[in-house]
Amino acid sequence: MSARAAKKVKRNSPLAKAESRRFYLFLTPWIVGLVVFSGGPVLATFGLSLTDWSLLTTPHWIGLGNYQRMFSDEVLLKAIWNTLYFGGGATLASVSSTFLIAILLNQKVRGIGIFRAIFYLPAIVAGVGTALLWTNILHPDFGLLNFVLGKIGIQGPGWLTAPSWAIPALIIMSVWGAGNTIVIYLAGLQGVSVTLYEAATIDGAGWWGRFWHVTVPMMSPVIFFNMITGFIGSLQAYTLVLIMTDGGPSNSTLLYGLYIYRQAFQYFDMGYASALAVGLFGIIMLITAVQFLFARRWVHYESK
Amino acid sequence: MKRQSRIAAEIAWSAGGVSTIRKARAARTAAYVLLIAGAGIYLLPLLWMFTTSLKSSQGVLSFPPEFIPSTFHWENYPDGWKALPFTRFTINTVLVTGLSVIGTLISCILPAYAFARLKTRGRGAIFAITLATMMIPAEVLLVPQFIMFSKAGMVNTLWPLILPAWFGNAFYIFLLRQFFLTIPQELDDAARIDGASDWRILWSIILPLSKPPLVAVTVFSFVANWNNVIGPIIYLRSLDKYTLAVGLKLFQGQHVTDYNHMMAVSLITIAPIVVVFLLVQRAFIQGATLTGMGGR
Repeated sequence: MSARAAKKVKRNSPLAKAESRRFYLFLTPWIVGLVVFSGGPVLATFGLSLTDWSLLTTPHWIGLGNYQRMFSDEVLLKAIWNTLYFGGGATLASVSSTFLIAILLNQKVRGIGIFRAIFYLPAIVAGVGTALLWTNILHPDFGLLNFVLGKIGIQGPGWLTAPSWAIPALIIMSVWGAGNTIVIYLAGLQGVSVTLYEAATIDGAGWWGRFWHVTVPMMSPVIFFNMITGFIGSLQAYTLVLIMTDGGPSNSTLLYGLYIYRQAFQYFDMGYASALAVGLFGIIMLITAVQFLFARRWVHYESK
Repeated sequence: MKRQSRIAAEIAWSAGGVSTIRKARAARTAAYVLLIAGAGIYLLPLLWMFTTSLKSSQGVLSFPPEFIPSTFHWENYPDGWKALPFTRFTINTVLVTGLSVIGTLISCILPAYAFARLKTRGRGAIFAITLATMMIPAEVLLVPQFIMFSKAGMVNTLWPLILPAWFGNAFYIFLLRQFFLTIPQELDDAARIDGASDWRILWSIILPLSKPPLVAVTVFSFVANWNNVIGPIIYLRSLDKYTLAVGLKLFQGQHVTDYNHMMAVSLITIAPIVVVFLLVQRAFIQGATLTGMGGR
């Protein structure tokens, strides 16, 4: 019997068939979920994006009309810019600041567990409660941030009430709640071999040399991972923006997700909202692809 | 092995003489100073939240703001709580979160076990599809899911917030499967020879050994459901169905500058998360660390 025939017999044996049955039995909830809650809705979104539909009428086919409308929609352009500005800023700020925090948290000093918990806590509690807290902290007159800035002699801006300061304000808030990346960095740092540091020390590297020539290159895949997931995560921030500013002042915090929500659930323009969602899908793909393209220049994979 | 090389490194350090020991001590002190400063900055907003919750209604609007109020207004807590039916909101939130967490655990453990342990044709393909769904942004699903639930007559019920959790989540399935794969297959085989079924292996061998990822999935889904804003905003229409998240939003809409009561109620709503987190934080951070494995 050839190896292939043996494999075939094995695959068709009663035992293998029973195992296959059990596989699909265990997978049932997820297969239903895939079809009903992800795959089906994705296809439906593509379909709906080709229609004009206000929920009350029957959807009617308009081909690529919604997509044409997207290209002349100035509010959408603003939303895309805001999303890139906020997403890019929040990702860069949190990926770099949490990297330094993670290096500190990787020190073998007593009580480090407490510090890890403290730095992670904001990420855990981030929700409507802390969104309201930040509207208070960022208040131009009664807020904590401008109070602290005033103490060191800086006249703080209007933050959420000033169109040009609203996105920076949201970035500050999101850096505070970026604990997820800290944990991922910690996992990576624990994987960096001690022998590399020893070798660097023997070669006369100081702390900066060890950081720049060992830690950063060895961690570059993890930094890259955090940049991609961080950017995709930043797209979710619109739910809190909805509570804090509702996109204002004058659409300066209108994020892409919020614009989809507006079109769908305030203007009931389901077709256009679906086309916007497809557009977001495309933008995410594009940005991820660009990140991968640039990654070849700076991300170091040991196995290669 | 790793520990040995670390000890070797320590010896190498100390062989360098007193100056290196002094250097290491200075580095440790510097690390402490930075850690304490950073922790202070991270905790400051939450401290501000607490002191604001104790201020008088004039106190929150005083300029310049006072960090610690002269008198503590503890009555802000019951007063804020009574301004809207927050007890009802809490019951709804507990219901949604509890049922969603249970559903998530069941519907993610079973597929994760199948992907890790049961072999069949097409497993690789289905797993690849599972990973691909992680790329789908939630906004793409918003409209069709709303249409589906409104066709099913479930608008203004808690069902749209609970049901999806009972049908798996790609990220959690991936997380659990990665951990299950690290558990030696020999343990299953031994149990199987003794006549154990899949259920028995899962329940008596795999799950007891998988505490970190189980804690991580539980905390992730607990927090995601407790803090869910967009779902309740879209689906819930009447006060008796509201969850805490939309209740707080409503409160803010009615009492824009009533920061003391707002912070008091907000603190009550985040307290359960803090408690859950502090109880399991060690296992959680260990489990959450696994999420980073996808990056390497």
